[in-house]
Amino acid sequence: MQRQVALIKQSLFDQGYLDEQFMELEELQDDANPNFVEEVSALYFKDSARLINNIDQALERGSFDFNRLDNYMHQFKGSSTSIGASKVKTECTKFREYCRAGNAEGCLRTFHQLKKEHSTLRKKLEHYFQLARQAGPKETARRPK
Amino acid sequence: MINPGHGRGPDSGTNSDPFPAGLRVLVVDDDPTCLMILERMLMTCLYRVTKCNRAELALSLLRKNKHGFDIVISDVHMPDMDGFKLLEHVGLEMDLPVIMMSADDSKSVVLKGVTHGAVDYLIKPVRIEALKNIWQHVVRKKRNEWNVSEHSGGSIEDTGGDRDMQQPREDADNNSSSVNEGNWRSSSSRKRKEGEVDDQGDDKEDTSSLKKPRVVWSVELHQQFVAAVNQLGVDKAVPKKILEMMNVPGLTRENVASHLQKYRIYLRRLGGVSQHQGNMNHSFMTGQDPSFGPLSSLNGFDLQALAVVGQLPAQSLAQLQAAGLGRSSLIKPGMSGSPLVDQRSIFNFENPKIRFGDGHGQTINNGNKQMSLLHGVPTGMEPKQFAGSSHMRVQQQMAGMRPGQNVQSSGMMLPLADHLPRGGTSMLSSLGQQQPMFSTSVSRRSDLTGAVRNGIPETNNRVVPATHSVFNNFPADLPHNNFPLASAPGISIPVSASYQEEVNSSDAKGGSSAATAGFGNPSYDIFNDFPQQQQHNSKLNDWDMRNIGLVYSHQDTAAASAGFSTSEAYSSSSMQRKRRETDATVVTAHGQNQQPLSRSLNHLNHVFMDGGSVRVKSERVAETVTCPPATTLFHEQYHQEDLMSALLKQEGIPSADNEFDFDGYSIDNIPV
Repeated sequence: MQRQVALIKQSLFDQGYLDEQFMELEELQDDANPNFVEEVSALYFKDSARLINNIDQALERGSFDFNRLDNYMHQFKGSSTSIGASKVKTECTKFREYCRAGNAEGCLRTFHQLKKEHSTLRKKLEHYFQLARQAGPKETARRPK
Repeated sequence: MINPGHGRGPDSGTNSDPFPAGLRVLVVDDDPTCLMILERMLMTCLYRVTKCNRAELALSLLRKNKHGFDIVISDVHMPDMDGFKLLEHVGLEMDLPVIMMSADDSKSVVLKGVTHGAVDYLIKPVRIEALKNIWQHVVRKKRNEWNVSEHSGGSIEDTGGDRDMQQPREDADNNSSSVNEGNWRSSSSRKRKEGEVDDQGDDKEDTSSLKKPRVVWSVELHQQFVAAVNQLGVDKAVPKKILEMMNVPGLTRENVASHLQKYRIYLRRLGGVSQHQGNMNHSFMTGQDPSFGPLSSLNGFDLQALAVVGQLPAQSLAQLQAAGLGRSSLIKPGMSGSPLVDQRSIFNFENPKIRFGDGHGQTINNGNKQMSLLHGVPTGMEPKQFAGSSHMRVQQQMAGMRPGQNVQSSGMMLPLADHLPRGGTSMLSSLGQQQPMFSTSVSRRSDLTGAVRNGIPETNNRVVPATHSVFNNFPADLPHNNFPLASAPGISIPVSASYQEEVNSSDAKGGSSAATAGFGNPSYDIFNDFPQQQQHNSKLNDWDMRNIGLVYSHQDTAAASAGFSTSEAYSSSSMQRKRRETDATVVTAHGQNQQPLSRSLNHLNHVFMDGGSVRVKSERVAETVTCPPATTLFHEQYHQEDLMSALLKQEGIPSADNEFDFDGYSIDNIPV
């Protein structure tokens, strides 16, 4: 079981969904805080869902307030970076660039992509954590090669 | 306060550990994910963490719990308050080290962090390794504070040791300020060693213990502080006096001194002063005619200086003085300020009147010419200056403050005053209390100028009057009133400041001593010191200005000569001021804040402040100011009339020239 968990995690890294920051987080986890990473992830997804909502609404309004969008995205990027959500972060960066260029079309496209990445990551992580919990606490902080 | 666990103080050596364990950190970030991660990381480092997702909340936490935290980590982009604003608030009120962080790593933002005084800037994602070392900032800050206390007032340059970033001010002093920052630590340690700071003797002991309880500058306290500083005059405010005025039990001079430093920086930042002063100086210089015809010029200078916004171009004054030294005269408005020490009172006196050269200037010129108001004119002044007075030393003092020089110095001083107003508003705005901040920084300067002024003392009639007197007619007699200060009503103060510098630099022509001659210059000592120890100036800054001012009061004509020395010192210092910057900076800073030197004597007062400004961080005053328009510092209008008359009376000189009405001087007239 644990091996399975490990493999899943490894694949997440390999596929670029997660980066080293995630490893850092894992290192923070210990016996006193066995579910730290999971908690942080949960928090991240909750918060980012809110942000995504805000951006959605802003975009739907049609009035492209690039400044505000950029602000939102800045926050989003900050969170994603902190948790090690690599692909999501990339999309954030792209989005911001489009914002700065005033490219509404680009923004929309990127945002769409971003949402996709975001939800993919969420699912994968949820699956991962579920397995990890089942497998037992010991499996943490094992760096994938 | 840092609890014993931190072993931050002298016994930190013992803490091989547990320090930095137990470090109390306040983390502010609107992003809950980051906040959680940071909390976890900090706890792993064995720090005591408090999370906060709103800046306002963080501030209130800090205010409620003074000494409750050792360091603050804050995000840059937050919805309710800009991270930089929070940074400023914390720095001013609580004087805690603040680390900024952001996902944004663009240079401009990082630079902004530095200039606002952040001790460090972290890029997200933050790694735990970066957090492990944050305790160094706490230690460093404490050390710097100790240094500051020691020099209280003297080492303004250090400004907030921790704030290495004190943003390079746009002022001319910028360089100096940033340099100062860098030097702060070293200089402070240097200063410490020198132990020149007379006042600091007691501080030393405190610092040695390194266990200074941290004073939390609450809003109220800060406002009290600002009020005290404003009352004293930004340039002239000396920690000792501020402390007395505030009358807060348990508050030490070191606390005030370090806060003052910060405040001055803040003001400086707001005011961006000093630039003007440079201009003013020029004008002054030109004004200086030997015969003091230029009195008006002086006035002009002063005015200009004043106009500069208080910045009474201490710098300009300095320049003027330097230039004017030859000219004698008036330029030194700042210098004459020296007597300003008492500045308030002194300036009120007659200087303004005199200086303004409205009419007086002329006479003063004669005498002053030598005075080289700006002191910068070392040597030159002497001979010329007082035709009558031998003091030529005056140059040092206030560059010819004496007899006519007064004007000049006053000009210088004023600037300081200016700073206050300005800086206060702008800077503080964010703080809310900002004004106080400003005053601190300004006051710092003023002190210097004031100090300087003292140097000038007597010769000019107590320097302060110098500005006034300068115009007055010092002619030969340089009766104190001549203080060139008069010329720069506002400037008066700066003069002294410059003096100091000059004094120091010029070394003394004895100036200080000379100047003090009449005054009994206790204050001139400052100047005296200058020559010898340039550094001394800084010490003087220690707000010896007060002394200087006092000295002036004594001014007797005899002193006038002595006073001149100070002026000379000024002039010379002005030239050399660069170093002394302090005055200049102060002056300028003040001057700027002050807003166009209120022509009124205040300027003069400011001029005197120069003495203090000498110490003033060079930042502001870009040296030129020997006579930093410190006068502006006195923005409070010293009742110049009172001072002048008082001075005059002492000297036996009829206070005549009350003509100063500097107000009359519209700076525009100043023939720059």
